[in-house]
Amino acid sequence: MDKFNTLKGIAAPLPIVNIDTDMIIPKQFLKTIKRTGLGVSLFYEMRYDNDGKLIKDFVLNTSPYDQSKILVAGDNFGCGSSREHAPWSLKDFGIKCVLSTSFADIFYNNCFQNGILPIVVTPEQLDQLMTAASNQTEFHIDLPEQTIKAGNHSFNFEIEEFRKERLLQGLDDIGITLGYQDKISNYEDEKQNQKPWLFKDK
Amino acid sequence: MSNNGPKTLFDKIWSDHLVGQRDDGTSLLYIDRHLVHEVTSPQAFEGLKLSNRKVRRPEATFATADHNVPTINRENISDEQSRIQVETLAKNTKEHNIEYFELTDRRQGIVHIIGPEQGITQPGMTMVCGDSHTSTHGAFGALAFGIGTSEVEHVLATQTIVQKPAKNMRIAVNGKLPFGVTSKDLILYIIGQIGTAGGNGHVIEYAGTSLKPLSMESRMTICNMSIEAGARAGLIAPDQITFDYIKGRPYAPSKDHWEKAIDYWSSLPSDQDAFYDNELIINSDEIDPMVTWGTSPEDVVAVSGFVPDPSSGKTENKQKSIQRSLDYMGLKSGTKITDIKLDKIFIGSCTNGRIEDLRNVASIVKDKKISSHISGMIVPGSGLVKKQAEEEGLSKIFIDAGFEWRDAGCSMCLGMNPDQLKPGERCASTSNRNFEGRQGRGGRTHLMSPELAAASAIKGNISDIRDFI
Repeated sequence: MDKFNTLKGIAAPLPIVNIDTDMIIPKQFLKTIKRTGLGVSLFYEMRYDNDGKLIKDFVLNTSPYDQSKILVAGDNFGCGSSREHAPWSLKDFGIKCVLSTSFADIFYNNCFQNGILPIVVTPEQLDQLMTAASNQTEFHIDLPEQTIKAGNHSFNFEIEEFRKERLLQGLDDIGITLGYQDKISNYEDEKQNQKPWLFKDK
Repeated sequence: MSNNGPKTLFDKIWSDHLVGQRDDGTSLLYIDRHLVHEVTSPQAFEGLKLSNRKVRRPEATFATADHNVPTINRENISDEQSRIQVETLAKNTKEHNIEYFELTDRRQGIVHIIGPEQGITQPGMTMVCGDSHTSTHGAFGALAFGIGTSEVEHVLATQTIVQKPAKNMRIAVNGKLPFGVTSKDLILYIIGQIGTAGGNGHVIEYAGTSLKPLSMESRMTICNMSIEAGARAGLIAPDQITFDYIKGRPYAPSKDHWEKAIDYWSSLPSDQDAFYDNELIINSDEIDPMVTWGTSPEDVVAVSGFVPDPSSGKTENKQKSIQRSLDYMGLKSGTKITDIKLDKIFIGSCTNGRIEDLRNVASIVKDKKISSHISGMIVPGSGLVKKQAEEEGLSKIFIDAGFEWRDAGCSMCLGMNPDQLKPGERCASTSNRNFEGRQGRGGRTHLMSPELAAASAIKGNISDIRDFI
């Protein structure tokens, strides 16, 4: 997985609440058997008209936001379907960090699996960051220091230590867990005695 | 969560599945059952292959194709990408020795319908699937939640998942459900109350006297839409109704283990005085038959009500969001809900595609015809639901009324297959999401119970079931 350390760039403002994963990547793009190539379809119905032409005034279609690595979005970002195609399409577009007042749980987890940093900010901070994003202010995200800087604004943010470590080092969860194979086997042996109906295969 | 004090149902299942825990609470949780479908699994199997890893417990894993399969003429899937996904699942499950209910198997259907139907879903289990509506299985007192594809790969390889414990929320609904009010209305009402982010970070346990007499089918409808309230999982304590439902199903505990299983399941309900981070108490009298008017499941109103005005939003953002929804839905504030004219009716999905739902629809449309401007589609949740509906004569009632009677799958709930709304079409749907474009680009979805959808099909407008019977 890609490492995340610090990130600099302008941020795209998307002041809509409850942006769901159907909006981030509509169903017709879930038929792929690959993780890549979804960036062009990110926010498809907001980005393209019925004839497939770019909708000029949508923020990610305008310069310089078409190069954004950061997204500032309304509350409850990523709600709905569990599709990991949502962070895959963000990542493929180039977005590596999303700022919002809250995220849906599954989407939040999925981001960390893909080297994307979702940051929870307060409603007041979001207002200020949204304005800064609209003014094309350069953002500076520092994960080791847990800070967001944009123009005159500077905030600290919270992140769980384990998630931070994994992002900084780009660690693969499965590799870590496979280090606990013995513990998993011991658990299974113990439960097989307690709940034998769950272990027809053992 | 305390170790010795009174525990909630969630606390009990959680602590019984802990393989390990870090100081910050991050836990390695054992997963008892894993359901797999064609859309969110190919990249996970590919990941295993690239890392040369195996599936740890193929026998704890069950697969079917449901999301993108046609519900008509499905011998040959004409959409090439859809066909490749289904073929890839068949190949992957064969390679890893995973049980696969293929399209020609009667047992094929929506993952969240067939898990319970086969007796795979049981109380006290941990269950996951690369699908957010995995919360459905919580109706059995199983901790069940949706995961992303990377986590699907993690569960396949290790039979565990990395998680932090959720907070506990208890929603008690007390009193007999009023006439015409179903479990779908109850969950839509709850989502309207707490909002689509209200359950974020929580597992919701549903309790109270209103739930006690409900069938497993009705309970599944409630837990199914927990995710629409932001909660990854919903839970209902297992009881005799649960045990009776499971008994004798193909993957239920064998006779030798049945009593032991019942003893364990009976120990699961939350202890008295267990701690909840949040509690909400609802009196069943408050609840009417509910309909969504907007593009979020929290945009609900009683069927006897009116399309709201943007000024009713408490914050500026909410007001903007109401206006955006009204524009998308092509609705004017102040319109009477029952004056809204429909084009399509979709009855089915993991929310309301079970036999009880179809029986309720049949009782309303029997000897009647759907309105001439309506096209209606009924999609059973599984091949076995379809078979049973045909044996009971329900399918004949539907066809005589003018509905199309299809094969099992997710169908128009998400429109990954050819079952989609056209731009501007307005649909009464028994599914779970009314997001912009969900059922087809520009399509307009009104979520409601199967009973309301059936009555609306006959009238041609959104209809109040209480005026109908």
